[in-house]
Amino acid sequence: MKYLAHVTTLKYDSEKCAGCGRCVEVCPRGVFVMRDKRAAITDRDLCMECGACALNCDFGAISVNSGVGCAAAIINSMITGGPPSCDCSDGSCCG
Amino acid sequence: MQMQTLKFVKKIAPPWSNGTVSTPNGPVYKVSTDWARPDYWGMIKSRAGAFRMNYAVEPGLYAVGQPTTDSDVFVTANYKLTFDTLRRELKGLNAWVLVLDTKSINVWCAAGKGTFGTDELINRISLARLDSVVAHRRVILPQLGAVGVSASAVLKKTGFRVSFGPVRAEDIPAYVQAGYKKTEAMSAVRFSLLDRLVLTPMEINPAMKKFFKYSWIALLVLGMQPWGIMFDKMLSDGLPFLLLGLVAVLAGAFLTPVLLPFIPFRSFAIKGWIVGMLTVFLATMFADFFAMRNHLLLATTFLLFPALSSYIALQFTGSTTFTGMSGVKKELKIGIPLYIGAAGISLILMVVFKLKEWGVV
Repeated sequence: MKYLAHVTTLKYDSEKCAGCGRCVEVCPRGVFVMRDKRAAITDRDLCMECGACALNCDFGAISVNSGVGCAAAIINSMITGGPPSCDCSDGSCCG
Repeated sequence: MQMQTLKFVKKIAPPWSNGTVSTPNGPVYKVSTDWARPDYWGMIKSRAGAFRMNYAVEPGLYAVGQPTTDSDVFVTANYKLTFDTLRRELKGLNAWVLVLDTKSINVWCAAGKGTFGTDELINRISLARLDSVVAHRRVILPQLGAVGVSASAVLKKTGFRVSFGPVRAEDIPAYVQAGYKKTEAMSAVRFSLLDRLVLTPMEINPAMKKFFKYSWIALLVLGMQPWGIMFDKMLSDGLPFLLLGLVAVLAGAFLTPVLLPFIPFRSFAIKGWIVGMLTVFLATMFADFFAMRNHLLLATTFLLFPALSSYIALQFTGSTTFTGMSGVKKELKIGIPLYIGAAGISLILMVVFKLKEWGVV
């Protein structure tokens, strides 16, 4: 299953890639593969902006505006002005 | 003295432990790899949302089988359902289990919040004095923990190298057997029919709570007459409205999640609207609501309830394994004005309906 196309904030600079393969190890959506000792992107639209790749890239080659893709969290953040988080008051999502 | 210590340990031992294993830092509980009746019952209750916020195990170090200084260390969350799933899959292995304090939240959600995070892992490795329990310097984390854990920061602070293992605990034996190598399938999140089905109670529960909160308003308005609230009016006009509300909840919180890949379009709002439109249409066809006598009520029905279903379906983005924040924001930016518009126009139609009913216009 894929979500909306052309919305992800994922940015990858292959010039900075050192080929460690961490991004392939951590991405749960198969966005990265190793090609010629460097990471390459398969399909950007698979990305769900979890942020695992950017957090674990020691060479600053990956950036993504990560956050929870959860309507309740985003609506809450619109009302309260804070960042979207899973701390739903009604406990409807994460458990 | 030794006997007394053991006695004390036994007395407060958790029901899922079966003895202790000694370490240089004292005994740690040995964990059973089998589920007992309370574990199954706990899983059912937490899935239904009964006590998921405090279904926890004590953070710290545990043993599976007879681990040695060479045995693997698996790191997990202290949500009991997560812990139970891990220990069940470790059957036949000798290993250490390091439980982080994630405030009884599962690995992925806790990693998103930062409680299954770099700092907690560093802290827990030092509290458990892991460096004196094992001779090697590697911890194996569930892959989805990578959202909250920076492997290089952990290595710098503790000397332990982080390996991100498979997403699901069930793949751990195969992962270990293959020399700590993951297949593509082990790295990918899934979202099967069953995965979606077990999540629906937590969609239906909050939707139903809101449904009961607002349903009395619909009853009051529809029962309202110039001379008071009429019970028979409430039943004849209000009850069909409530039933249609239930249909919308069912469409958005159950049918849309379960049928997700089979409904056209990628947008959850559109998916929910389509399913809402179909179910509301079927309901009005079969039940012959309002005896098809009033165009204003029918227009309100088709404006309001598919929109409600769409809104509820959008909430399911919080439970999926593939929706990102930018996409949901885009849906909300377009969706919320439409929802407010639909609700506003519905309200106007209802007012006109009541005025006509009362013979005012």
